[in-house]
Amino acid sequence: MKHASHSPCLQMKRVLRKLPLLAVFALWVLLAGCGKDSENTLTVLNYGKYLEPEAIEMFEEETGIKVEYEEYITPENMYTKYRAGAIDYDLICTSDYMIEKLIQEGEVQELNFDNIPLKENLDSTYFDFSKSFDPENKYTIPYFFGTVGILYNKDMVDESEVNSWNILWDEKYSGQIIMADSVRDSFMVPLKLLGESLNTTNEQALKQAQDMLIRQKPLVYSYLVDEAQDEMIGNNAAMAVVYSGEAGYALEFNDKLAFSVPEEGSNMWIDSWFIPKSAKQKENAEKFLNFLCREDISMMNFDYVYYATPNVRTREALDEELQENTTIFPPKETLDNCEVLKPLDDESTMKLNLLWKEVKAAD
Amino acid sequence: MVKKSAERIYLTIIFLFLYLPIAVLIILSFNDSKTKVQWGGFTLKWYKNLFSDSTIMAAFGTTIFISLASALFATLLGTLAALGIDAMKKRNQTIMIGATNIPLLNADIVTGISMMLLFVRFTRLGMNTVLIAHITFNIPYVILNVLPRLKQSSRTTYEAALDLGATPFYAFVKIIWPQIRPGVLSGFLMAMTMSLDDFSVTYFTKGAGINTLSTMIYTEMRKGIRPEMYALSTILFLLALVLLLFMNFGPSARKMNKGELSP
Repeated sequence: MKHASHSPCLQMKRVLRKLPLLAVFALWVLLAGCGKDSENTLTVLNYGKYLEPEAIEMFEEETGIKVEYEEYITPENMYTKYRAGAIDYDLICTSDYMIEKLIQEGEVQELNFDNIPLKENLDSTYFDFSKSFDPENKYTIPYFFGTVGILYNKDMVDESEVNSWNILWDEKYSGQIIMADSVRDSFMVPLKLLGESLNTTNEQALKQAQDMLIRQKPLVYSYLVDEAQDEMIGNNAAMAVVYSGEAGYALEFNDKLAFSVPEEGSNMWIDSWFIPKSAKQKENAEKFLNFLCREDISMMNFDYVYYATPNVRTREALDEELQENTTIFPPKETLDNCEVLKPLDDESTMKLNLLWKEVKAAD
Repeated sequence: MVKKSAERIYLTIIFLFLYLPIAVLIILSFNDSKTKVQWGGFTLKWYKNLFSDSTIMAAFGTTIFISLASALFATLLGTLAALGIDAMKKRNQTIMIGATNIPLLNADIVTGISMMLLFVRFTRLGMNTVLIAHITFNIPYVILNVLPRLKQSSRTTYEAALDLGATPFYAFVKIIWPQIRPGVLSGFLMAMTMSLDDFSVTYFTKGAGINTLSTMIYTEMRKGIRPEMYALSTILFLLALVLLLFMNFGPSARKMNKGELSP
């Protein structure tokens, strides 16, 4: 009796000992089983809130391609996500200097423009501007662009002064100035006043710019990025250094606000699409690019994002007043006076970051 | 007298500190203006928009699914693990408890990245990978809640039941389960909250196109949070409040209180 009850128990134990092995094997099969299917998909990586969600649904309906849409916040954020290699992206949208960095690293594929006939809808001017990071225009398609300038409150600021960056050093406005809380945008301002390129690596020029920023610090209300527009809408400050896109948004809420790009020049930014080396569905990506250039889709995206679009047809379809809105659509003269950011080499980046830290730490 | 009012003031300040931000959020969810610095009158439109917004609703659905499913699996596995650990020798027990505590103390970001590295070796990132990751980091919380209950329960009663002819399963249902049930339940709730809260692990293990509320709100930050999110947060807060009230004053509250629910 005793013996009989023991032997199945022993057998059981033998099976149990193999259980962990079995479990690992099962997990392997389970993990290997899910995914790995080469379906008709397209994996897109874009800035947060930078594309009308409805447009994606329309694309899926029209083409039967399933879009996996992923978002990020900063170009650096995108770079780590892409470089981690966990997801094979087919199409990415990001800013000028980051694209240049990726082109230099050999991570970008050439576009086949035969598959993107609607590229014709885009103003060739912006392809010319794109040459600063894509010299032969073979890697990228521009999506939105803009400048950096001064958003100011007409009640608090003398409008004759806003055409120069010098106003940011005027003691009259002590405690009412908002500066950008990012290295390159902040250094751009004094560098332009000094008549230097915003991509300079000349140590003397950078040091001089740093001195100016330290001198300005007592006048600064706060160093902000996204919150700047809310502070301006709430009349909490007289002026702020912001992107033209943000300024256009702020203008909608407070009609005392206005935007100016000082005549010393400024930074022009272009956000463009490119196909990375990791792409598995290059043709689908090109189909999507063509779709984005279509007038109605481009219009939907313009309404959603409200930044300057390089699409001529979309711009022509807007009402006159909006077309003439120089905050959203910087005129060509302004743009010609602007420079596109270039990626700095590692050593200069480190030096610049150190200089900026010293500004932030100064009394 | 002075002491009394000082106490009151102190308490008021603490509660203001805790609840003022939530109050502001709730008020803003009824604000008829897109920007948070202007009051544009009372409106319910953000609530209406919220339910017609497919992005938010998809993220909300994913969040609920992931947190419920992962909490359920983790409770099952965690309870089984706790039973096993409880039956071990003292030395092995210490080792096992230590081993389950390490992932608990480990920084989320380390858990997230290491899981991502493991997953990409075998599969594409997607919903499954998030679910597996959440189950993994939830298990220690369940073990931690169930084990003390098991320690308190008397083993002799269980053995007595066996001696009297009960099958092990029957004895478990009748003797062990009633004693550990509150622990299992609080383990489940804790696992669910942890999963709802999580950002880092989800961020690294999710595939393209899959968002939980936390990862969706993160990407929204770039251009300011949409007022629809205030409405959603208000609803989530009210749900938590209702759940809490129900647990404390509901019909089963007295029974639960006897087996006090740890947070």
